[in-house]
Amino acid sequence: MPAVSKGDGMRGLAVFISDIRNCKSKEAEIKRINKELANIRSKFKGDKALDGYSKKKYVCKLLFIFLLGHDIDFGHMEAVNLLSSNKYTEKQIGYLFISVLVNSNSELIRLISNAIKNDLASRNPIFINLALHCIANVGSREMAEALAAEVPRLLIAADTMDSVKQSAALCLLRLYRTSPDVIPVGDWTSRVIHLLNDQHMGVVTAATSLITALAQKNPDEYKGSVSLAVSRLSRIVTSSYTDLQDYTYYFVPAPWLSVKLLRLLQCYPPPEDPAVRGRLSECLENILNKAQEPPKSKKVQHSNAKNAVLFEAINLIIHHDSEPNLLVRACNQLGQFLQHRETNLRYLALESMCLLASSEFSHEAVKKHQETVINALKTERDVSVRQRAVDLLYAMCDRSNAQEIVSEMLNYLETADYSIREEMVLKVAILAEKYAVDYTWYVDTILNLIRLAGDYVSEEVWYRVIQIVINREDVQGYAAKTVFEALQAPACHENMVKVGGYILGEFGNLIAGDPRSSPLVQFNLLHSKFHLCSVATRALLLSTYIKFINLFPEVKVTIQDVLRSDNQLRNADAELQQRAVEYLRLSTVASTDVLATVLEEMPPFPERESSILTKLKRKKGSVSVDVDDGRRTGSVELNGAATQDSLANKASAVSTPSPSASADLLGLGAPGIGILGHSEGPVGNVGTGGASLLVDVFSDMAAAAASSSPQIVGTPPEDNFMKFVCKNNGVLFENNLLQIGVKSEFRQNLGRVCLFYGNKTSVQFQAFTPSVSFSQELQSQLSVQTKPVEPTIDGGAQVQQLVNVECLLDFVESPMLNLQFRYGGAVQNLVMRLPVMLNKFFQVSEMSGQDFFARWKQLSSPQQEAQNIFKATQSMDEEVNKAKLLGFGMALLEGVDPNPENFVGAGIVQSKLVQVGCLLRLEPNAQAQMYRLTLRTSKEVVSKHLS
Amino acid sequence: MMQFMLLFSRQGKLRLQKWYFAIYEREKKKIVRELVAIILARKPKMSSFLEWRDLKIVYKRYASLYFCCAVATQDNELLTLEIVHRYVELLDKYFGSVCELDIIFNFEKAYFILDEFLLGGELQETSKKDVLKAIEQADQLQEDNETATRNVLEEMGLT
Repeated sequence: MPAVSKGDGMRGLAVFISDIRNCKSKEAEIKRINKELANIRSKFKGDKALDGYSKKKYVCKLLFIFLLGHDIDFGHMEAVNLLSSNKYTEKQIGYLFISVLVNSNSELIRLISNAIKNDLASRNPIFINLALHCIANVGSREMAEALAAEVPRLLIAADTMDSVKQSAALCLLRLYRTSPDVIPVGDWTSRVIHLLNDQHMGVVTAATSLITALAQKNPDEYKGSVSLAVSRLSRIVTSSYTDLQDYTYYFVPAPWLSVKLLRLLQCYPPPEDPAVRGRLSECLENILNKAQEPPKSKKVQHSNAKNAVLFEAINLIIHHDSEPNLLVRACNQLGQFLQHRETNLRYLALESMCLLASSEFSHEAVKKHQETVINALKTERDVSVRQRAVDLLYAMCDRSNAQEIVSEMLNYLETADYSIREEMVLKVAILAEKYAVDYTWYVDTILNLIRLAGDYVSEEVWYRVIQIVINREDVQGYAAKTVFEALQAPACHENMVKVGGYILGEFGNLIAGDPRSSPLVQFNLLHSKFHLCSVATRALLLSTYIKFINLFPEVKVTIQDVLRSDNQLRNADAELQQRAVEYLRLSTVASTDVLATVLEEMPPFPERESSILTKLKRKKGSVSVDVDDGRRTGSVELNGAATQDSLANKASAVSTPSPSASADLLGLGAPGIGILGHSEGPVGNVGTGGASLLVDVFSDMAAAAASSSPQIVGTPPEDNFMKFVCKNNGVLFENNLLQIGVKSEFRQNLGRVCLFYGNKTSVQFQAFTPSVSFSQELQSQLSVQTKPVEPTIDGGAQVQQLVNVECLLDFVESPMLNLQFRYGGAVQNLVMRLPVMLNKFFQVSEMSGQDFFARWKQLSSPQQEAQNIFKATQSMDEEVNKAKLLGFGMALLEGVDPNPENFVGAGIVQSKLVQVGCLLRLEPNAQAQMYRLTLRTSKEVVSKHLS
Repeated sequence: MMQFMLLFSRQGKLRLQKWYFAIYEREKKKIVRELVAIILARKPKMSSFLEWRDLKIVYKRYASLYFCCAVATQDNELLTLEIVHRYVELLDKYFGSVCELDIIFNFEKAYFILDEFLLGGELQETSKKDVLKAIEQADQLQEDNETATRNVLEEMGLT
């Protein structure tokens, strides 16, 4: 039986409420409400003036309807009228209606501000409080502007009643949160601070809330509150529970005020004044001591209140982070709570320990509880407690226990609640990265994450693993191998396919040597997942495929077939279709070197904050994450530095094998690069060496023009090697001491090169020793015999040296000519390339247009073709080009190409062991001053080289 | 600072809602639905605290009613539980062995008592005596005004 004997009975309201309660259905309820609304509306609109009681009753009904969740669009005026009633209950209902409904209606505030002002000025404290409550409940900016002026005065006026002071303090606090300018400055500040000394505990409690908020924003102004708060706290802590009468709560003296004071003190560093500081330490020790005392009551309220103060004291100890003794005591206390039967205490102990773990003084003490925490993770029945355990493990993790904690977290992940999986995944990913000593462990951990909780692995996580693998060379091969193995699982998560696709696309070559993971196997494995994947993943895989075309020319045709299929080329998804079309085209049109440039290995990512960490912070706004990072900057930097190092290594590694035509025209200076298609050298760069040669042929055209005029003599010495691409005789080298001329002839696979060394000075060269050297590889491809020469060359004289060359196999490099001689007292050293190139062994091959194109088509596999597009360096003269091509050694086939401007050539490379057919097509574009040169040969290496 | 307080029944019916920050009705309803579902799904032995959005939810069940508060993360959870308890004590003292029906039929009283106890999301007065004194004074004021105060519900035979 509800007791309504107190207060006003509103019979009509009670009847209405019980009607609503008796409604069997939502429809019935709505019907009843609509009926009531119609009734109230007619009453409000009626001619008869309503008396206060009826108005109050109807406004109260409207309020009830509103609180049930229905919209109310009238009655506001009647409520406003009630405010000016001199009957308390009517006023009270008016205020209640307004404070519940006014939120969204600022029009109303203008109407009510007068009434509120009147009540604030009333002599009756109950009326003043009603007005203050209303201001605090609405708390809008408009309210602050209209009414704030009076409130600060009420708070400190000597004649204000305690209850009004309390309301005024909290009302001001509420207004301060929306409009900070309501707070006066100057003298007022110290008077507010002195409220901490007030006789009335309720006033102190309310004032402490206000002062804490103010001190957070203006710590200096409210600094005086520290000593007052400490002495107030000290008085409470040392008092017996009987001293404080009604402010003692279940045998705990003023727990709310204690906690508020402790929170106020957390706005400041430890007190500087030793006396205050000592007193505070005493308080804190006292609170810790009390935790060990037997409880004065079995009621949960007693232990809750006592522990609330204890936890807040521990928060302050952690905030000060300056007293190792207190920190360790706090940690031990929390350790006891970790095994408490009260779930709430276990929850809070885990939470507070999280903060302790970030203090250098207590980090080790927290680590002692690692086992208990791991156990909590396994046995707690409440997910929110397990969540705290995860947080704590994350916070207590360091290099010494990372492997164990990460593995426990991974174990737990399998059975973890769905609600916390994503966050756990983030945390595991961060820990694995942060404390990885061995990056293979990192890669394993992340792949495990994807395997165990793939759905919860957010983009950031798999982006990050890719970033790290790309930036850390030492782990790339391992990563490729591991993802390859992971992908072999019959069912694997799409995120695994993404990571696998990306990593194999970049580093698949590192495992391609193993026949079990040959390019085709890799491709088939990835493609077997393709159809099960989302559009985004399929798009990624298409990029992997085009990367494969570059990495592994042998699977080009297979992949092109896939790209060409209707599933791709006519895919309904625009992105997939576009990728398929563009990649297919790219793979057909672009020469290997263009492909290689476009699809080059990803450069290292700039080092930046882990995107995962950002995400976790965003997700949690987590204090623990920040604190944690602050403390461990040392180790983070350690790892960061390691990454930086490897980045630097990586950067230099990358810069070496990326030959630019200007730096090293043939790439001969960097062995292993020019040897295209051979095992050494990053596959990503295949073809670049060739590209430069191709450019050479035509840049040579410019040089050749210049060479017809007398050589300009001077330093630096000029190496004319490139001119010999298309001709056999000329000056190979000249400086102010020496000129080297060349006459050479080639027939079939044999060649004879005659070198003329001319001494341009009047002084004798002594100890003149020319020698020809070549790389190991070249030894099997070319045999060279040199005739010895006289060790001296007189001034102005010329000596001859004959070099016989036999081409055994197709080759790429040219042999090197090393010269050493003494001129004056100084030893001169010269190194240059001997003008022996593969095209010297071309045998002209005449064929009809039909034949040409038949063969051209035969040689259509990607690895047989090399193409380069380049800009003309001189006028595009047809005759000059013809001469060049003839000089190149091929037969020029006239009238073969449908476009008369194009040049077509054919030749066979004659070597002792093999003959390699070679077709050439040069398409000048006069308008753009560009040439496109395409070469197709029956041997992959040759076409790459010759291009 | 307390952000809001909700009282709802085991059936998920909202009995009282107090918001200490400005918020649209639509959003209120969404929050209520969400939290009622979360809390009703929890088992008795579970902790009374849970993280929700960037707030902390502290809840406790008294008979058929759930009291649920949202506080800032740095607020003291145990003491929030005791705020709830003190409010229940106040209601209990005022109504005399309070039950859900008291709060339904006298919702305005429940709001008035809450306003005396908590203002703007902060504790105004923790002394039970003082809060009740304030309420009684107000009741006194009105009883002076009212001529006929009857126990309406008794008359209607409602329990």
